[in-house]
Amino acid sequence: MIAIDELLLRVAGLERGDLLRWVENRWVLPERRGGAWLFHEVDVARVELIVEIRRDFAVDDEMLPLVLGLLDQVYSLRRQLRRLCESIERQPPDIRDAIRRSLPPVHDQSV
Amino acid sequence: MASETPYQVLGVKPDASADDIRKAYRKLAKQLHPDLNPGKPAAEARFKAVSAAYDLLSDPEKRTRYDRGEIDESGMEKPRYSYRPHAEGTQGWKYRPEGEMDVGDLEDLFAMFGGGGRRGQAGRAGEGLRMQGGDRQFTLSIDFIEAANGGRKRLALSPEESLDVTIPPGIENGQVLRLKGKGSPGFGGGPAGDALIEVHVAPHPFFRRDGDNIHMELPVSLSEAVLGARVSVPTITGPVTMSIPKGSDTGAQLRLRGKGIHRTRGGNASEGDQYVTLKVVIGDSKDPELTQFLEEWAPKHSSDPRRGMDS
Repeated sequence: MIAIDELLLRVAGLERGDLLRWVENRWVLPERRGGAWLFHEVDVARVELIVEIRRDFAVDDEMLPLVLGLLDQVYSLRRQLRRLCESIERQPPDIRDAIRRSLPPVHDQSV
Repeated sequence: MASETPYQVLGVKPDASADDIRKAYRKLAKQLHPDLNPGKPAAEARFKAVSAAYDLLSDPEKRTRYDRGEIDESGMEKPRYSYRPHAEGTQGWKYRPEGEMDVGDLEDLFAMFGGGGRRGQAGRAGEGLRMQGGDRQFTLSIDFIEAANGGRKRLALSPEESLDVTIPPGIENGQVLRLKGKGSPGFGGGPAGDALIEVHVAPHPFFRRDGDNIHMELPVSLSEAVLGARVSVPTITGPVTMSIPKGSDTGAQLRLRGKGIHRTRGGNASEGDQYVTLKVVIGDSKDPELTQFLEEWAPKHSSDPRRGMDS
């Protein structure tokens, strides 16, 4: 967990004004504690991601919510899928086999 | 994080031209060259750092990649995307899409596809996946008498939750009771699972079971055995009075009809018996009166208790 000044030092090319706007737009969700913001690891990584996609892909503030929204959906799906996989992994072998057998085929001719 | 950037090592600005960089390097290299500084390890280390920095910044491609953060100051590839492990970790839930429900039940997972799992029906409103809840397993320890007579027993499932379990008379050790609907709740209106309760029956100090019959060994005194007596005998439902016939011996078996396990099986009531096996105990064999009596006693019909054991 780091404060805003440390974050600005850590992430090259990060401007304070940009960061404040991102937080205001809820693209980054630092923890609010005692009138100050605390950036968790995931928030720092997300700030780095935003800096990167703005610089490398020339994504502007209008496109950014769309890009972040799609990424959030992908990661949300991946988290849910991981939960499901972890749950299946914890099942006894016969139940895992039954699940494997009941998986619909990927290539469905009828579709 | 480490140290100096290659720009700082060479003492140039990040926007320095290739020419500036070359000049800065030559100047430092002349000062620090190991041949000009024999026996000065600090200078030698510095010379190596300067050489590495120049190596990186003099190569336009490497310099561009360094500026973009793709490689570090030693030229090593930096991980391109470091967001994924965070996003997929538990902290990532904070950034779930708006409107997505809270993490919790399996039901949330099904709800991601509008409930139904079947292709072509996904997203159809109101058509949730109905699924029976899982069974939950518990163990319940009871004593011998509780198992024999049956009854109700409270089973703590968790600090907040308990279940009243009806124990059928005559339950056996290891038997599993299934309580319908007392397992985990179902999904999408599906029925709850069952609670499976494995019953452990503790052994009794003197009762033993054989089906619905109860067996026990009853110690009797010499005079009770020889002269007969009415004695109190424990049963699974409390003590009863039993007559010991005159002239009983160790090993004699008496039956208490109907004092075993009572149960109803498929509408038929049945009751077991209790079998009492006598065991004559002398008690205090140093009793002088007994000793004297036996010394003076000359049996008319002496018998050999070890008859038939000759080998």
